[in-house]
Amino acid sequence: MGQVVVETKDLTKTYDGFTAVDKLNLRIEEGEIFGFLGPNGAGKTTTILMLLGLTEPSSGIVQVCGYNSTREPLKVKRLVGYLPEKVGFYEDLTVKQNLRYTAELNNLPREEAEKKIDNLLATVGLSKIADEEVSKLSRGMKQRLGMADIWVKEPKLAFLDEPTSGIDPEGVDDILNLVVRMAKKGITVIFCSHQLHQVQKICTRVGMLAKGHLVADGPIDRLGRQTIGGGRYRIEAEVAQLNPELIESVKRVKGVLEVQASDNSLLISCDKDLRGQIAKVIVDSGSLLVGMKVEEFSMERIYRKYSREV
Amino acid sequence: MEAVFRKELADHLASKRFTILFILVLLAAIFATYVAIQNIRGVVTPTTEFVFLKVFTTSGGTLPSFLFFLSLFIPIMGIALGFDAINNERTSGNLSRLLSQPIYRDSVINGKFLAGLAVLSIIVVSVIAIVAGLGLRTVGVPPNSEEVLRLIFFAVISIIYGAFWMALAALFSVFFNRAATSMLASIALWIFFFFFMAMIAGAIANASTPIDQNSSLALITRHYEIQGMVGRISPCTLYGEATAALLTPELGSLNPALMAISALAAGRMLTPLPFSQSLLLVWPQVVSIIALAAICFAISYVGFMRQEIRST
Repeated sequence: MGQVVVETKDLTKTYDGFTAVDKLNLRIEEGEIFGFLGPNGAGKTTTILMLLGLTEPSSGIVQVCGYNSTREPLKVKRLVGYLPEKVGFYEDLTVKQNLRYTAELNNLPREEAEKKIDNLLATVGLSKIADEEVSKLSRGMKQRLGMADIWVKEPKLAFLDEPTSGIDPEGVDDILNLVVRMAKKGITVIFCSHQLHQVQKICTRVGMLAKGHLVADGPIDRLGRQTIGGGRYRIEAEVAQLNPELIESVKRVKGVLEVQASDNSLLISCDKDLRGQIAKVIVDSGSLLVGMKVEEFSMERIYRKYSREV
Repeated sequence: MEAVFRKELADHLASKRFTILFILVLLAAIFATYVAIQNIRGVVTPTTEFVFLKVFTTSGGTLPSFLFFLSLFIPIMGIALGFDAINNERTSGNLSRLLSQPIYRDSVINGKFLAGLAVLSIIVVSVIAIVAGLGLRTVGVPPNSEEVLRLIFFAVISIIYGAFWMALAALFSVFFNRAATSMLASIALWIFFFFFMAMIAGAIANASTPIDQNSSLALITRHYEIQGMVGRISPCTLYGEATAALLTPELGSLNPALMAISALAAGRMLTPLPFSQSLLLVWPQVVSIIALAAICFAISYVGFMRQEIRST
């Protein structure tokens, strides 16, 4: 169990009668890459703004690294980096000047900042255009600059709000790699995204928000099992004739967690892809195997399941 | 806040906006000085005490004086420096990034305002210095200590006046989301005050106390008093009166009624007021301009502090 970095208690935010976040209880531990999911307007950004102390909660408590974000926003902001969804930089300043400004706002000593900026620009692959004006940068480059921008202050926690939206696949890979590197350096990351396979790729845990409620929270593995029932894989086998003995013998196959029968098909939940073994059992029992389908849980399914639940 | 101040100042000084403004004001200054030098012989008599100040106030028939140019350009400078202070940060996506840094929120607006003030001071002081230099070379009469003092105060009042327009533009930039809207709003207000307020004042005075050639002195006095009072709603009038009294000590009064009377009693020997008396005369105007600037800044400050950063 790592140290708790983010903790909210019954966090609520209402905007002119509309409840954006409703009694949210969130707990994020050090070193996690927390995937924060939810449809547009579910309250993800509002939650982040409250965590940062940029927006005051209507009720409830927000704590980041042990500080109350509402009462001590400055201490929180010193430890937290935020990459907003529509991030912007000063277009007529160069890449380096923008980072220098951030460093100055964080009171970093000049020489140290220069060294750090050079290193970071190399890390995010912008060294070559360090002295170009930001207006000449592509969207992907700006997003990478945004990563460098939060990295300059060496935060304990980073909020990335849709860092990969509108970026080409290669650019997305660059960003995801950077996120993983960030996490390896000990920065806890909260990663908001709609790109579910990206979340699945890098996040250690996900939380799903729908209409201001946290409807799911846990490691992807567990949520996936919950979604498709029991195991990691779900195998659907269609047979000519279904009899109780067959069900029993399928249940005895090693690794099978659960078997459900309906009409002429069996729904088998298991941890490994056991198609071969199951097919053998069915054929051995004398039944005819008509067809077989296998399905692995995916973020898509998890997402669909929980976003429908509300 | 220093970081914000330094960055904003550097931005301003490197911006095209600053270059354009500076060239514009500089050209106007040179032109006005030329006009003044051409016409200065006509206004200076052997008894004129403050010859040097005439460089700033002499106009040539239809050609305006430096003072007029400055009163025209200072609001434009103020508006140009303030109209996109906050909303530009917001639309460019910088605001939420900036506010997530460990700085107090008011240091953003304070830093921006101070940087604007610094730029304004640089322009005003350098332009006055340039005109003074040109005047010194061509007229050949050095300023006496009182003239220097008056010029310094003139510069200070001009900067405060510019600060008022900047604060007003910044106020609009806090409440309007688009830079174009806040600029138009500030310019509209400026046009209203600069061009229409005098007309409105005249109309009100005409309607309430009509005068003609046979009117009594008391009625004429009253007419001009009303006109003056209404006119002083406009900060342009306040600035005009303050600078006029500072740079033309012979004026003796700001009261349009008294000026009208002295105009009636033409030929009166105009003795200039001492500096302390001039200062006393313009004090209410100066305080009003300071108060207006402070009010505008306070409203934009509070507005900015209370504004929520929303997710959209």
